[in-house]
Amino acid sequence: MPGDLVNLLADLKEEEVIKLTKERLEAGEDAMAILEDSRKAMEIVGNRFADGKYFLPELVYSGELLKQITELVKPRLTQSTETKRLGKVVIGTVAGDIHDIGLNIVDFMLDANGFQVYNLGVDVPVEKFVEKLKETDARILGLSGFLTPAFDVMKETVQAVEAAGLRDRTKIMIGGGQIDDEIRKYASADAYGKDAMVAVSLAKGWVGAN
Amino acid sequence: MEKKWAELSPEEKREERFKRWLSPDVKFSSPEAEKAYKVRLTRIIDAIQLREPDRVPVNLPAGYFPTYYAGITLRTAMYDSDELCRAWLKFMQDFDMDTFGGPGLVFPGRVSELLDTRISKWPGHGLPADARFHQFVEGEYMKADEYDVFLNDPSDFCLRFYLPRTLGALEPFQRLSPFTHALGMPSSFLVSCTMPDVQAAFQAIVDAGRELAKWWEAVEDCDQKVMAEGFPSFRGGMAMAPFDTFADTLRGTRGIVMDMYRQPDKLLEAMERVTPMNIEGAVLAADISGGPVIFMPLHKGDDVFMSDKHYETFYWPTLKKVILGLVDEGLVPMLFAEGSYNRRLEVIKDLPRGAVVWHFDQTDMARAKEVLGDTACITGNVPASLICTGTPQAVKEYCRQLIEVCGKGGGYILTGGAAVDKCNPDNLRAMMAAAKEYGTY
Repeated sequence: MPGDLVNLLADLKEEEVIKLTKERLEAGEDAMAILEDSRKAMEIVGNRFADGKYFLPELVYSGELLKQITELVKPRLTQSTETKRLGKVVIGTVAGDIHDIGLNIVDFMLDANGFQVYNLGVDVPVEKFVEKLKETDARILGLSGFLTPAFDVMKETVQAVEAAGLRDRTKIMIGGGQIDDEIRKYASADAYGKDAMVAVSLAKGWVGAN
Repeated sequence: MEKKWAELSPEEKREERFKRWLSPDVKFSSPEAEKAYKVRLTRIIDAIQLREPDRVPVNLPAGYFPTYYAGITLRTAMYDSDELCRAWLKFMQDFDMDTFGGPGLVFPGRVSELLDTRISKWPGHGLPADARFHQFVEGEYMKADEYDVFLNDPSDFCLRFYLPRTLGALEPFQRLSPFTHALGMPSSFLVSCTMPDVQAAFQAIVDAGRELAKWWEAVEDCDQKVMAEGFPSFRGGMAMAPFDTFADTLRGTRGIVMDMYRQPDKLLEAMERVTPMNIEGAVLAADISGGPVIFMPLHKGDDVFMSDKHYETFYWPTLKKVILGLVDEGLVPMLFAEGSYNRRLEVIKDLPRGAVVWHFDQTDMARAKEVLGDTACITGNVPASLICTGTPQAVKEYCRQLIEVCGKGGGYILTGGAAVDKCNPDNLRAMMAAAKEYGTY
């Protein structure tokens, strides 16, 4: 009954999800099949969020369930079972701002949707974004910020990417608390996303995976 | 007063509080200043009570803007009360406004250092020295299995669990014996006070208390000067929605979500328990300040933070109780719905008429006016992004539209969606100009 885990997880049934995962592992099933079901479930969760059926608690809770599944499955995974990724994304909350609720949800949703995410955390200096873009060769940058000082810092960060000669190859999306399309223009970013699922669809669009 | 306070109806209590607000304990600098104070405040009170004032009142979303305007950093303002007051007085002198947010919202850095505050970071202390905001550090200051500890004795929880985790200097308080042990033998609580680190914690309280007293003296002096010039202060106190007490203050985002799914009954019980405390704290603050408006920042109940069902289960019932408890005491909750509240409007409509103010951030104001217009004063919501990055013309035009839509029939106060820390000063002046030009009734 491989479909069951997908629906149980998408419906956030913690006890059943854990029980079924254990049963499937005990039955000797391939760990990758369980992870593949989890990925499908996360896709449903993401769609429900985009459709206004799920909200932040559902995203956070599904993330916790996924974490538990991953822990259970981990011992069965081999190095070679690394999944193929859609693309690399560098994200972080800009300098001077330490808010990370939205940032971590974007991280989780991008990851669950097949992206390799480099999350630099909060209060990230401008140079660090540039360094990470160079080091990873990521072509997408996501800047998060909750407070009004983030307006200027986002602008400076975009300018630094430009100065490093990376602007042409890097798509930049911004989001968080007081950020809106006005700030996208102000900071010369490529897109503003109001929530984590918009970040996913923007990123997918940029790598041509829609 | 002829009738005793407890015998007054909520409306009578509110009238009494408005009267006290209109006649503050201050020596005005001139008869004109006194008159201006009353005109400004009457404008605001009329709006709150859904009457048409002489014109739309303005609450400038100035936040920490006075520091930027005076050319000092927030850090300087947090460590030097002279500079702090100089900045706020300069702001008052250079701007016209209907209400004044005093320097009291800037918390003294040295007090936070003495207490080793862990719940916030500020410029030069976890944030770059030139940062323009101090920021809250969310954490699990209450563990998932501590609801019963809280429910059994909230005071004990605060003393021996919450304070030691949030204020580093009071960490030794986790070794205090419960204060209830003093019953019958009052000096028995001293047992733990024989420990040097517990003594040091009490010493830190004494030091921080002295420092804070000096600071407040300066702030109070500044507030008095501002009021003497005829500018009423808006905030009389603060209160939280019980859900936010747990979600923001105690459990954090991840923690609260787990509780909503794994132990919803405990969470509901604890929120009920904290409800009267949230009311009491605000009433006390208002009694001291003389201002009836209670600022209530609402966080984790916005459109994205939870579903309608979760809102109506976890957020609204106890929030409504706090609101009604404050209204019963003649206070006016000013509910700051940060983010957007488009899906909540029909739910939050269910309150007594003219008793609260809803401050919206990104909510559709036309719909808010349509749904709430006949029951509550609304205020908002020039976007912070526009005030910070737009032109004075664009700000003024945005204000004009807001005034036309929301100002109809009164019950509207023009302000920003959120406070700004740095902007073209003329953008704030444009808000005032718009109210004068388009907002006269």
